[in-house]
Amino acid sequence: MSRGRDGSGDVLVDESRLIRADLSLGKRLTGLALKWESLLSIIFIATLVLFSILSPVFLDADNLVDATFNFMEKAIIAMPMIFVILCGDIDISVASIIALSSLFMGMASEAGASTPALIGIGLGVGLLAGLLNGLLITRLDIPAIAVTLGSMSLFRGISNAVLGDKAYTKYPEDFGFLGQGYVLGIPVQVLVFAAVAAIAAVVLNATVFGRYAYAIGNNKTAARFSGVPVQDVRLAIFAATGLLSGLAGILLTSRIGSTRPNIASGWELDVITTVVLGGVAITGGKGNVAGVIIAAFLLGYMKFGMGVLNVPGKVMNIITGALLVVAILLPRAVESLRRRALLRKTGA
Amino acid sequence: MESDILEMRGISKFFPGIKALEGVDFSMRSGEVHALVGENGAGKSTLVKILTGVHRQSAGAVRFAGKERDFRSPVDAREAGIAAIHQEASMFPDLTVAENVFSGHLLRGRSRLLDWKRMRKEAESLLERVELKARPDALVRELSVAERHLVGIARALSEDASLVIMDEPTSALSLRETEDLFRIIRQLRDQGKAILFISHKFDELFEIADRYTVLRDGRNAGAGAMKEATVDSLVKMMAGRELSHMYPVRNSSPGETILSIEGFSRAGYYRDVSFSLRSGEILGMFGLVGAGRSDVVRSLLGLEGRDSGVVKLGGRAVSIKGPRDALDLGIAHVPEDRQDQGLILEMSIGSNITLPQVASLAKGPFLNRAAEDELTRSYGSRMEIKAAGWGENAKNLSGGNQQKVVLAKWLATEPSILILDEPTKGIDVGTKATVHAFIAELAAKGMSILMISSELPEILGMSDRILVMYEGRVAAVFDRKDADEAAVMRAATGVAS
Amino acid sequence: MKRLLKRRESILLISLVALGLLVSIRARGFLGFENLDSILNDTCALIMGSLGQFMVILVGGIDLSVESVMAFTGMAAALANQAMPGIPAWLYLPAGAAMGAILGAGSGALVAFGKLPPIIATLGTMSIYRGIVFVMSNGAWVTTHEMSPGFLSIPSTPILGVSSMIWIAVLAVAAAAVLMRRTSSGREVYAYGGNKTAALFAGVSERKVSMLIFVASGILSGIVGVLWVSRYGMAHSETASGFNMQTVAACVLGGVSMSGGSGTVTGVVLGALFFGVINNALTVVNFSPFYQMAIQGFVILFAIVSNTLIDRRNQMKLAARRLI
Repeated sequence: MSRGRDGSGDVLVDESRLIRADLSLGKRLTGLALKWESLLSIIFIATLVLFSILSPVFLDADNLVDATFNFMEKAIIAMPMIFVILCGDIDISVASIIALSSLFMGMASEAGASTPALIGIGLGVGLLAGLLNGLLITRLDIPAIAVTLGSMSLFRGISNAVLGDKAYTKYPEDFGFLGQGYVLGIPVQVLVFAAVAAIAAVVLNATVFGRYAYAIGNNKTAARFSGVPVQDVRLAIFAATGLLSGLAGILLTSRIGSTRPNIASGWELDVITTVVLGGVAITGGKGNVAGVIIAAFLLGYMKFGMGVLNVPGKVMNIITGALLVVAILLPRAVESLRRRALLRKTGA
Repeated sequence: MESDILEMRGISKFFPGIKALEGVDFSMRSGEVHALVGENGAGKSTLVKILTGVHRQSAGAVRFAGKERDFRSPVDAREAGIAAIHQEASMFPDLTVAENVFSGHLLRGRSRLLDWKRMRKEAESLLERVELKARPDALVRELSVAERHLVGIARALSEDASLVIMDEPTSALSLRETEDLFRIIRQLRDQGKAILFISHKFDELFEIADRYTVLRDGRNAGAGAMKEATVDSLVKMMAGRELSHMYPVRNSSPGETILSIEGFSRAGYYRDVSFSLRSGEILGMFGLVGAGRSDVVRSLLGLEGRDSGVVKLGGRAVSIKGPRDALDLGIAHVPEDRQDQGLILEMSIGSNITLPQVASLAKGPFLNRAAEDELTRSYGSRMEIKAAGWGENAKNLSGGNQQKVVLAKWLATEPSILILDEPTKGIDVGTKATVHAFIAELAAKGMSILMISSELPEILGMSDRILVMYEGRVAAVFDRKDADEAAVMRAATGVAS
Repeated sequence: MKRLLKRRESILLISLVALGLLVSIRARGFLGFENLDSILNDTCALIMGSLGQFMVILVGGIDLSVESVMAFTGMAAALANQAMPGIPAWLYLPAGAAMGAILGAGSGALVAFGKLPPIIATLGTMSIYRGIVFVMSNGAWVTTHEMSPGFLSIPSTPILGVSSMIWIAVLAVAAAAVLMRRTSSGREVYAYGGNKTAALFAGVSERKVSMLIFVASGILSGIVGVLWVSRYGMAHSETASGFNMQTVAACVLGGVSMSGGSGTVTGVVLGALFFGVINNALTVVNFSPFYQMAIQGFVILFAIVSNTLIDRRNQMKLAARRLI
């Protein structure tokens, strides 16, 4: 006899057992296919197929490689964002951190700084910004949405205040290599992302830190009582998010070769969309890196494909918005239909 | 019977794969306090949920206030005159007392808009009736648990309920608050209301209830007048066997003082609390909830702050700022609330058991799954956890097995000091006995155990020494041989000895 | 009386007045009728948009579609005006409200029936609605040249010496206050946001609450959209970009709890006014407009931190009040 969660400790049904027991092999395969990553992969492949049918230039290898430039920076930020959302928090200041780090790099560059120094500044500013977020959230116990709402305005506000309507465009020659260069035919950005994604995957799945993140996201109190350093973990996550936003800022600034006030405008929502589409539950506790990687490429190539077909940017938004909604609705609808059918069968 | 206000006949309730209730008969009269007794899982809550319209019975009939009823929602039950006062779940902390009292049926004025003036006034008179000195405009979050219960009763009165259901109403009340509550209950009874009282505290049942009904495994197991029952007869009906030999026989010879708490004080919670724990002994902390025991323990563990007080381990003062520090010092804590504090329900049994040690088992920053599996298997089998596999989610286990997981988790850390907060709360009698035997075994092997419990028989049966707290202070410390029910209860109720 | 003064809204009001006095030292005429009128006119949109956002935050959610609904109804109105300048001016607002209601119902349906968390539902509708704005106008802008004088004067038509937009805002505030304070539906929103289980047990319908808040937010955003476009004389697909977060900021400043269940209409209005006063002050004191966002961010952080510290102190005082 199994019992479910019920304040009174009374007897409830364990439906998962029943569902599992009831499925034949065929249905179990369907279950596997309905796993989030599988679903996303299918949509991804379908997208590639669709666009290659609609446009002959889509499947060109060079084009496909170059397309990555448009979404690698966001994908990099999506990695730490996985941890943020996994823990039940959120960070809407990431795009503003890009703006801030770009600002300081621009100022330093005007003053003649070299590329390594710029990299250090970009990362450093990002890290400090992330630490500010993290300290306010963990030491003062303020909801992340509120803190990052404020810092989002503050960081970009500082950038606006200093830049005014100017832009920094003087960057050293070799700086552009980071955001525009290739190594053995692969864009540097992709290599950076691959490294970040690999680290994220390893940390999440194979380290103590990752286990802590899952524990915190599922039950912060019990995690704390079990000796998990909850606040330190969350602080580290926000700091890492800041750091990697700084990294994205470096790559973006290097790619466009300048610092402008509205750099990366609205990116925070794109990053969150990618993470949620990748299967990370917005309430925390569930999700993994693979799904988010697929989601990043799915969204990236979808936008690229639409661009090739000359679909205007705003119309792309309609498609991505609809995709997000449908993607989240679908499994819930299927699950509720399954459950209803099962309960009808066992006669409740 | 004609004077019955409630008559439930042949009630059965099935969930897929499970028979929660089978052919249960239950009736109540106006003007009585009726105790519903039974272990966890016996079906009490399901019966109440049918009565309050949360569930619909699979079979059987409900007759209330002279009419056959078919409640399809809680609103139906409320409108019929049945009010339930839940432990915590039915208050809105950010809304005012008046709004809470009238929640579900906010009063309107002539314009169909809400009439707060009228609600405030009527709330005032209702609050007077239940002897609650709170302003109608106060936010419920500013009230204590006892005060919130009274708001719940005021709400029941405002709905003109004829049947009031109280589910474990005293589990967070001090003794004085419990007395106040009982006085109100008696008033309600004398006014002709029927009160359904669910509690596992026998002493309270004997004090307040007129009649009782016992459920066991979803069926009737006995009923009668309260004054004709005894603890033994009730337990026999509940568990189907005698009470004797429930507690393991112990020959203990405690050693040196291993832990001492000196001068713990925190304004509003406790004052001048000092005591010591010797190695190999079981120190029972008794007191009716609200006495401050869990607060002291949480402060010891660094989960909460305090104004003053020192912790000494083996004579040396130590600073404990959180569960991790405590762990490093060899102190493990099994918390009171199994589901919110003790376990991560969505994670596997294995992940739960290894969580405190995941870092120490790890190879550098990397998880060491082999070591984790070994640990899980070792302690999981020692505790005899019944589950389909170690990868099973904790939420699928029964209450007793969940508690075993929590115990396994902390024992795996091989502590020298184990703090248990209500270790057998909400567990069936069979598992309870296993847990008690286990605790005794640990003490015999030299572990020092601090056990908080609100169940007097458990405290008397298990402890070498008993520390009694009353309203934030240490009221008395007894040696096992000097302790008896009366003496301990006197101390716990603040009676000067 | 002491209790009244300690309330968050009172503190906000006092700070607001203090701020006004402070600025008026530096800039005469800041508290004069003309400038106050200007402040009010500039803040009307924020007040109304924030009221809608407030209702969604009350249940612990967030409405990211506010600016998109505004852009939608604004563009639709502008296009209609462009095609048929003969449409009477007074018709646009109710039409905008109705359109906003439908758009809000879209988000609401996703939450109520699709069981999506509000943030995700509105993340989706935000993109979809804004995209449709682009499609509606084929990417073109509608500017003052294409708008009829009647249309352009919708927000500024004077009624008893005060612009129509201010009257509309006043009506909106009054309606919101009555809805949230004096109707059972409004209280159900508070109940649902404060303790979901208890609310459901008391018979509150999850679906009704979800639909109500989003339709209400949609109506408000719909009206604001028309006012916005006619006031600034332009409609394009980027209309009101960034407005979302301003409405959330106004709510946070106004003491609305991000986890739901508490907050007042008064607080939200004061929060919005606070930002309105700051923005106006910056211009009057000749501060560069580029500083606006930074100051806004700083104000938000300051408000949140001080709120938290005050709450914590109150908690401790409450505990000390207990027996012992």
